[in-house]
Amino acid sequence: MIRNTVISVHNLVKKFGKFIANDHLNFEVYEGEIFGFLGANGAGKTTAIRILSGLSAPTSGEVIVAGFNAKKQPEKIKKSIGYMCQKFSLYEDLTVRENIMLYGGIYGMSKKEIRERTKSLLVRLHYEAYGDRLIASLPLGLRQKLAFSVAVLHEPRIVFLDEPTGGVDPITRRQFWEMIYETAARGITVFVTTHYMDEAEYCDRVSIMSEGRIVALDTPAGLKDQYHSESVEEVFIKITRPGKN
Amino acid sequence: MPADCLISARHVSKSFGAINALNDLSFNVREGEIFGFIGPDGAGKTTLFRIITTLLLPDEGEMTIMGLDIRNGFRELRKNIGYMPGRFSLYLDLSVGENLNFYATVFGTTVRENYELIRDIYSHIEPFEKRLAGKLSGGMKQKLALSCALIHKPALLVLDEPTTGVDAASRSEFWEMLKKLRPYNITIIVSTPYMDEAMKCDRVALIQEGKILSIDEPEKIRDGFSRKLFSIRASDKYKLIVALRAFPGTVTAYPFGDSVHVTFKGDGLENSVYEYLSQTGLKDVIIQETRAGIEDRFLELME
Repeated sequence: MIRNTVISVHNLVKKFGKFIANDHLNFEVYEGEIFGFLGANGAGKTTAIRILSGLSAPTSGEVIVAGFNAKKQPEKIKKSIGYMCQKFSLYEDLTVRENIMLYGGIYGMSKKEIRERTKSLLVRLHYEAYGDRLIASLPLGLRQKLAFSVAVLHEPRIVFLDEPTGGVDPITRRQFWEMIYETAARGITVFVTTHYMDEAEYCDRVSIMSEGRIVALDTPAGLKDQYHSESVEEVFIKITRPGKN
Repeated sequence: MPADCLISARHVSKSFGAINALNDLSFNVREGEIFGFIGPDGAGKTTLFRIITTLLLPDEGEMTIMGLDIRNGFRELRKNIGYMPGRFSLYLDLSVGENLNFYATVFGTTVRENYELIRDIYSHIEPFEKRLAGKLSGGMKQKLALSCALIHKPALLVLDEPTTGVDAASRSEFWEMLKKLRPYNITIIVSTPYMDEAMKCDRVALIQEGKILSIDEPEKIRDGFSRKLFSIRASDKYKLIVALRAFPGTVTAYPFGDSVHVTFKGDGLENSVYEYLSQTGLKDVIIQETRAGIEDRFLELME
């Protein structure tokens, strides 16, 4: 099967002074794929995500995201992607509707389009009753699902999710993943980081970073085979703590 | 109240305005055990821990720790409690060594006196003793915070979400460190949103929206799962979930790692679900009965 590549990274290096945060990363991500981007704390994931989303330029190497060069066309990349993280996504002192309008406006959608998408989004999530509530007043799980919907409001090519399910209850966590599956089935690529190793098993492919490098990249089943492990968690520990096994 | 009871909580409630953070909690924590409060953000774990550490008073209910009432025994209690809050709370502009000395001094002891207790943990950061706490990596901050919480050899160690946001390998190392404290007979209460960490505790309370759903040894909590549980795999997981939800005999279908955990309305539906899934075009269907984990039971209790 030939798949369209939406992210292609060749020899990406990012240095901060003498510190090498990303050390010759090479990988591709395909259209409609759920790509799990794992690694130990401090392995360089956040640095790489900032480059992939056009927020930071690579020191060297070629990074193409949604057809645009991360060094030369970062603004075009920003328009082609969505982003959500656990810590901040929606403005707490704005209502649900105001947040959607704000993000729709930032992404250059027309008022009519925003109105229509707002309505269908609230219906799809069964959140019609919450439209005029302040974000601050909503439970965490509801907020996170809403933040994800807003991140894909403008139908981006790729959505980056940085620990989207941290701390949410087990039912919401699963509902969230079903939203991810639906989104990927629509052709939007989902690029996700998580510390829940069972969630790594939900991805089509998973990469594991350690000390600035991608040490392994395969399907969850492929990784388990290769590292003779029962779970991705076991693979993760073998890779990030090589001395212990 | 059992004789070896270190904490006894009876009908503890706490509200903040209209929010019932804790709703009628009762539990005992035994001396020397590792007791886990397992639940998502907003369950009330931090509020409860602030009451246990005498930083906050409950609106209703009674709590005694080491036989002392939290309302009028707090001065004595504070000498015996080590607390590691969820947010890193040491002095960022003091060095590693200065922070540790500070905490030892405040509690009227010295680093040397109780060094044995923290040796395993502190030895990892000792080479960086002169570095400012604000300049440490996440893992090193965590080790320093744990050392500072332990340096006065408390009877009770309170750890609020020590592993949140920490990668899987560092999490497992943190639990190893706690296990090494066993010989010192320190009672440890710890909260976590990671359900799998329940298995590392002697006993756990599952907590959700300010209520305790269940308290027991982790294995017994798993045994509390009331229905037969099946683990189902197929080539396309999303299609599998959608198909299982549409199957009339399905009660619950939740993704779990590389499979979907499913319960059915009656016994003996395994064969018909196999046929049904094959008819929907799913390939490599495997159905196995499986034992419920803590998270399965948590999901069941949430229903």
